[in-house]
Amino acid sequence: MIARLVNFFGDDRYKRLRWRLLLLVLFLIVLADVLVPRPHVEHVWDAIPGWSAAFGFISCVAIIFISKFIGHSCGIMRDEDYYD
Amino acid sequence: MTEWLHPALIMVFGAALLPMLHDTGQKTVSVLVPFLVLLRMLQMDVGSQGQVQFIGVELVLFQADKLSLVFAWVFSIMAVIGNIYAWHINDTGQRVSAFLYIGSAFGVVFAGDWFTLLVAWEVMAFASAYLIFASANRKAVAAGFRYLMVHVAGGVLLFGGIVLHGVQTGSYLVGPLDHGQGGLAYNLILISFMLNAAVPPLSAWLTDAYPEATVTGAVFLSAFTTKTAVYVLIRNYPGAEVLIGFGVAMALYGVVFAVLENDCRRLLGYHIISQVGYMVAAVGMGTEMALNGAASHAFAHILYKGLLFMGVGAVILTTGRRKLTELGGLYRTMPMTVVLYMIGALAISAFPLFSGFVSKSMIISAAAGDHRAAVTLLLTVASSGTFLHTGLKLPYYMFFGKDCGLRPSEPPVNMLLAMGLAALFCIGIGVFPQLLYDLLPYPVDYHPYSGAHITQSLGLLMFTLLAFVLCLRYLDPEKTISLDTDWLYRRGATLFMWFAHHPVLLWEKMVVTLGDGAGLRMLHRLSRASQKVDTHLVDAAVNGVARMAWRCGLLLRQFQTGVVSHYALVMIVGLIVMLVFPLIAALAAP
Repeated sequence: MIARLVNFFGDDRYKRLRWRLLLLVLFLIVLADVLVPRPHVEHVWDAIPGWSAAFGFISCVAIIFISKFIGHSCGIMRDEDYYD
Repeated sequence: MTEWLHPALIMVFGAALLPMLHDTGQKTVSVLVPFLVLLRMLQMDVGSQGQVQFIGVELVLFQADKLSLVFAWVFSIMAVIGNIYAWHINDTGQRVSAFLYIGSAFGVVFAGDWFTLLVAWEVMAFASAYLIFASANRKAVAAGFRYLMVHVAGGVLLFGGIVLHGVQTGSYLVGPLDHGQGGLAYNLILISFMLNAAVPPLSAWLTDAYPEATVTGAVFLSAFTTKTAVYVLIRNYPGAEVLIGFGVAMALYGVVFAVLENDCRRLLGYHIISQVGYMVAAVGMGTEMALNGAASHAFAHILYKGLLFMGVGAVILTTGRRKLTELGGLYRTMPMTVVLYMIGALAISAFPLFSGFVSKSMIISAAAGDHRAAVTLLLTVASSGTFLHTGLKLPYYMFFGKDCGLRPSEPPVNMLLAMGLAALFCIGIGVFPQLLYDLLPYPVDYHPYSGAHITQSLGLLMFTLLAFVLCLRYLDPEKTISLDTDWLYRRGATLFMWFAHHPVLLWEKMVVTLGDGAGLRMLHRLSRASQKVDTHLVDAAVNGVARMAWRCGLLLRQFQTGVVSHYALVMIVGLIVMLVFPLIAALAAP
C-alpha cells in the first residue's frame, strides 16, 4: 500500500492526475479560507480570505529567486574544490 | 539519595560499561541504558535538588524544574531513538562518545550553578567532536578540528563570562541574568550561548561539521548541541530583545542558504539554523507564551529533525552518495524511507496534525499577540521556505526527480524502527498537543486547531507547493559549495599566514638588518663612551676617596708609638689640662 502511494507521486503516468488533484486541493483550501469564521484577528491581513495562500506563493517565488541571485552575484556559490 | 540520581550519571556509567562488552551485549546495553534514563525521568519531580560543597563554592549538580524537565524528556526519548538507529554499527568509540554527549547534555539542563554547566558544556563539545572524527576521512578530520576549535573558543568566552559574573554578583547560580545588562559578563556568556545555538555569523561550524559526521553521529548532533543552547538561553536570557532580531535573521538565513545547497545534510543543517531561529526569537520576546513556544518547538524539533537526518542518513548509507545532483529516483526501491522522511518533512513544515503545527504556530502567535507585525510576517516567510526545502526540494531531488540509476534497498530494520518511532512522536504530538503542552514551563492557554489557523496554514503551504512546481527548473541543485563565515578561518587563516610570512617577516628582517648595521655600531660607540666615563669619573672618585682614607690612616698611625711612657705622658698632660682649665676659668670669672 505504501509502495503504491509513493509510486503515485513518482510515476510519470500519474502526472496529469496529480496536477488535477493539486488544483482541486488548492481550490478547496481557498474556498475553506473564504468560508471559515474569523472571530478574532491580530493583524488586518489575517481578515483577508486567501491572504496566506497568496503570501505563501509570493514568499516561495521570492525565496527561490532572491537566494539564487544572492548566491550567484555575491560570489557565495563556488566550485566544489574551492577549499582544496 | 536516589531522589536526585542524575540521568547524566546513568549515561556515564553506561559509557564506562560499553567498552567491556562486545557485539550483541554492547548493542543491548546501548539501547537499555537510555531506556533506564527514560524510566528515571518518570520518577522525576519538579523541585528535586542535589548539592555539594566544593572548595568553598556550593555546586548545584542537579536541579529539576518544569523547564529542565521538558528538555530532559525529549533528550531521553531521542537517546533511545538515536541508539536504536545506531544499533547496527560496530564502533565502540562512537557509542561511548554518543553516551557521553547525551549525558553531558543532561548535565547542562540540570545544572544549577555555572561551574557545573561549564564542565558539562565542555564535555559536550569534546564528546560530540568524536562523532565527526569517526567518519575517518581527511575532510571529516579537518572539519572535526574546526568544530572543536570553534567550540573551545566558545567555552573560553563562557568561562570568562562566568568568572566575571561571579566576581561582580558573588553568585554562581544559574538564572535570568539582568545584572549589568549589556556588561561584559552578560555579553560574553550571551555570545558563547549564541555560538552553540548557531546564530549567524557564529553558525558556520554547524553546516561545516554536521555533514561530515558519521550517518548515526549526525542524528545525535542534530538533537543536542543547539537545543541545549536554546535551553540555556530560555533559562538565562528570557526577554533579551537583541535575540529577536538575531532569531528572525537566522530563520531567513537558513532558508536562503538552503536554496543554494547541494549536500543533503548541509541543507538540513541550514534548516536547523532556520528552526532554531524561531526559538531564539521567541526567547527574545520573553512572554510566557513565547517561552512556552520556544520550549515546545525545541521538543518537536529534536524529534522531526532527528527523523529527517535519519532518513537522509539511510540514503547516504545505502547509496554512498550525499549530493542532490548525484541522487534521484530512489522512491522505487525505498518507499518506506520516503514515507518516514516525509512525515518528518510535514512535521517541520507545520502541516496540521503534525508536531510542528502545534509548536511553531505558538511562537508565531506569540509574536502576533505581542504586536510584532514584521516578526510575524518574516517568520511566516521562513515557514514557506522550510516546506520548500525540507518538504519539497530535498525529497524531490533525492527520491524523485531525475533517475540516478541506483536501486538501493531499504536500510536495516533497526533504522526503519527508529525512524518509525520518531514519526510516531511527530504525529502523536500533532494529534494530541495537550500531552506536550502539559510539560511546558508555563500554563498553556493556546488552541492550535482553530478553523482559520488550519485553512491559513494549508493555504500557505499548498501554494508554496504550487510555486515550487512552477519554478522547479530554476531550483535545480548545482555542483557548488556555498561560502559561509567559516571562510574567515578556512581561507582567512591562509591570508593570515601570508601576512605573517610576507609583510611581517619583511619588517622583522628590516629591523634586524638595521640593528646589525648602524644600530650595532652606534651601540658600540655608546658603550665605549660610557666605559670612559666609568673609568675616569666614577672609578677615579672611588679610588680618590680610598686613597685619602689610607693616608689619614697612615697619619694616625704616627701617634700610636706602642711605648707605654708616651701614653702615660699624654694621660698626665690631659689630667693637668682638666685640672688647670676649670681653675683658670674660675679665676677669670669676675
